[in-house]
Amino acid sequence: MKIAVFIKQVPDTKSVQLDPETHTLKREGVESIINPFDMYAIEAGLMLKDRYGGETTVITMGPPQAEEALRQALGMGIDHAVLLSDKAFAGADTWATSLTLANAVEKFGGFDILVCGKQASDGDTAQVGPEMACHLDVPYATFVSKIVDVADGRITVHRLMDFGYEVLRLPCPGLITVVKEVGDPRLPSLRGKMRAKKAEIPVLGAADLGLEPGMVGLNGSYTEVVKVFTPERSGKKETVSGTAEEIAARLYELIKGMKIKGI
Amino acid sequence: MKAIIDRDECTGCEECVEVCPVGAIEMEDDVAVVGDDCDLCGMCVDECPVEAITMPRKEVAEEAVFSDYRGVWVFCEQVAGEIARVGFELLGAGRSLADKLGQNLTAVLLGHGLKDEAQRLFSFGADEVIYVDHPALSHFNDESYSKVLINLIKERKPDIILAGASSIGRSFIPRVAAGVQTGLTADCTELDIGDEDRLLYQTRPAFGGNVMATILCPHTRPQMATVRSRVMKPLAPDESRQGQVEVVNPDETWLESRVEVVEVVRETKETANLADAEVIVTGGRGLGTPDKFEMLEELASLLGGAVGASRAAVDAGWMPYAHQVGQTGKTVSPKLYIALGVSGAIQHLVGMQSSDNILAINKDPDAPIFNVATIGVVEDLFDVVPALIEKIKAEKRG
Ligand SMILES: Cc1cc2nc3c(=O)[nH]c(=O)nc-3n(C[C@H](O)[C@H](O)[C@H](O)COP(=O)(O)OP(=O)(O)OC[C@H]3O[C@@H](n4cnc5c(N)ncnc54)[C@H](O)[C@@H]3O)c2cc1C
Ligand SMILES: Nc1ncnc2c1ncn2[C@@H]1O[C@H](COP(=O)(O)O)[C@@H](O)[C@H]1O
Repeated sequence: MKIAVFIKQVPDTKSVQLDPETHTLKREGVESIINPFDMYAIEAGLMLKDRYGGETTVITMGPPQAEEALRQALGMGIDHAVLLSDKAFAGADTWATSLTLANAVEKFGGFDILVCGKQASDGDTAQVGPEMACHLDVPYATFVSKIVDVADGRITVHRLMDFGYEVLRLPCPGLITVVKEVGDPRLPSLRGKMRAKKAEIPVLGAADLGLEPGMVGLNGSYTEVVKVFTPERSGKKETVSGTAEEIAARLYELIKGMKIKGI
Repeated sequence: MKAIIDRDECTGCEECVEVCPVGAIEMEDDVAVVGDDCDLCGMCVDECPVEAITMPRKEVAEEAVFSDYRGVWVFCEQVAGEIARVGFELLGAGRSLADKLGQNLTAVLLGHGLKDEAQRLFSFGADEVIYVDHPALSHFNDESYSKVLINLIKERKPDIILAGASSIGRSFIPRVAAGVQTGLTADCTELDIGDEDRLLYQTRPAFGGNVMATILCPHTRPQMATVRSRVMKPLAPDESRQGQVEVVNPDETWLESRVEVVEVVRETKETANLADAEVIVTGGRGLGTPDKFEMLEELASLLGGAVGASRAAVDAGWMPYAHQVGQTGKTVSPKLYIALGVSGAIQHLVGMQSSDNILAINKDPDAPIFNVATIGVVEDLFDVVPALIEKIKAEKRG
């Protein structure tokens, strides 16, 4: 079985600090991590390989230093890594990102299962996976919390919904986006780390993927960010103290003022 | 491509260097210089006190004309034959967008045996109701739902399409957008029409709610957005608003799906649906033992809300993962978020800090949850929560 895992390098929220007064972001040293949901994607890819054999490839589109994220994935046991990096990729929205990734899938070819994280922690869109599946014309399942099995060329999964979950079955090649419950990410092994250090990671740009400059990055995007601003927080803040009964009475009053249906 | 700095305007204050999430900005000779790592997120533009930074604009050969795209559509999702609340909310929001544009508001419903439900959509603001009726559509399926919607869009060319940012909306709407080759903005919290350009201004949180971004889709149609539930307000139903539901019989080819829904398992507890809840009562490690969640469930059901959990509580096995709030769980923004025994780690805060009201009860006055709380109580939760439950019960007894 050939499995592709898609990961994104994102700024670590830990190194983002919120100024409690102004609610603006304060950053002390920018650290990058693998998007948390993509750690579960890597684990899902490795679990599939453990169970059914085959080969795993991790793919990312990002700046040159996203290579670190790929090496981390290799250390965890992924077999191959591909970096899609090109100045022309900057400013890509989910459409342009998913198109770029889809072209890489077609170039390398023959994947049975594509695994994405549910969403990336910087943009939180959860769109790249489904849009890539659409570009590739393969079926997909979002929010996968459990991989039941792969049998007769079909993958059966649990998909988390607002009201519970669904059991879905789709033919391979297919794409899944995973949530935390799919499995705890394993730690890198010593052997893996050694291999990761030495691994050759091919770097591909737009031209290598047969993509025109107008199809990638900002120019290939349909949406445009026109403004970014810090949200206004309600300045009001109240500290309630007293005996438990006094606090309860004041809290009740405050909650009542919020016009909640239940009250 | 990268952010553009006006060297003459730059005062060298370094604010942009601090705010850049990818560390792409450096100072050279007291002037900010943007490196190749810039991913055009735009945060520096807002931060710059002298407006010396701008974003490059997309190059477009010629401005397309979209005059044949008209109307605002709201996709109203249904689960088990019941239209989800977010559909009504979006009709409220869509109504004002449509009025501003001088266009019609259309509700789109997919399902089976829902003629009466469909009729109700008029009273919530719709001018037209398109109801696609087929047994195969009674339960949500990514592929058939997207094919139906894609075909309707291609045929009728709406200007704007809104859908709930629910598990259903966020699952299949990206496929619809990709299928009709247009942009999509996820999880919006504010929508407006531009006074001059008549475009849909879509505002949404990014970086875990630490910043807001306003997004346009200027070069393709329709303009598509998924919108969080509980942010927009439904109109009070006006029974005098009536109309003729247009029943569409889908083409059989629209219903073909490679995805088989083998089983649907409903979590029976009412306190389980975080996405739709007006109140969320969340418990953290401070609860100490799993049985304490019964107290939270009691409080939640008194308030008509749902129960959330911090990752620490989920990892300890006290609550199922579906209840986890935060970076690796759900992002929520209810009217009232109650955090009990939650310290407020940044990974938790990014999932809930845009809630309207945040009540935190924690023994530790220095817990970071108090940085975002609008109501803070520095006490033992086991003293306060039972007293609050008693108080609400007493008031309810009247
Ligand atoms: C990649 C990554 C992703 C993560 N994703 C998430 C996520 O999605 N969601 C999430 O929640 N966390 C997430 N975390 C974990 C996060 O960093 C914290 O570890 C976690 O949120 C802590 O949970 P807690 O607040 O319940 O526990 P603690 O931090 O242990 O806090 C317990 C609090 O309870 C208070 N307390 C104790 N007893 C009482 C009492 N009797 N009365 C009142 N107060 C009391 C204490 O003062 C303390 O502040 C993530 C971490 C990482 C690294
Ligand atoms: N630049 C990227 N390179 C590789 N995979 C990505 C990239 N951006 C997003 N993804 C994948 O798509 C998922 C959803 O991302 P998003 O739509 O940005 O929330 C992520 O969890 C990744 O698996």
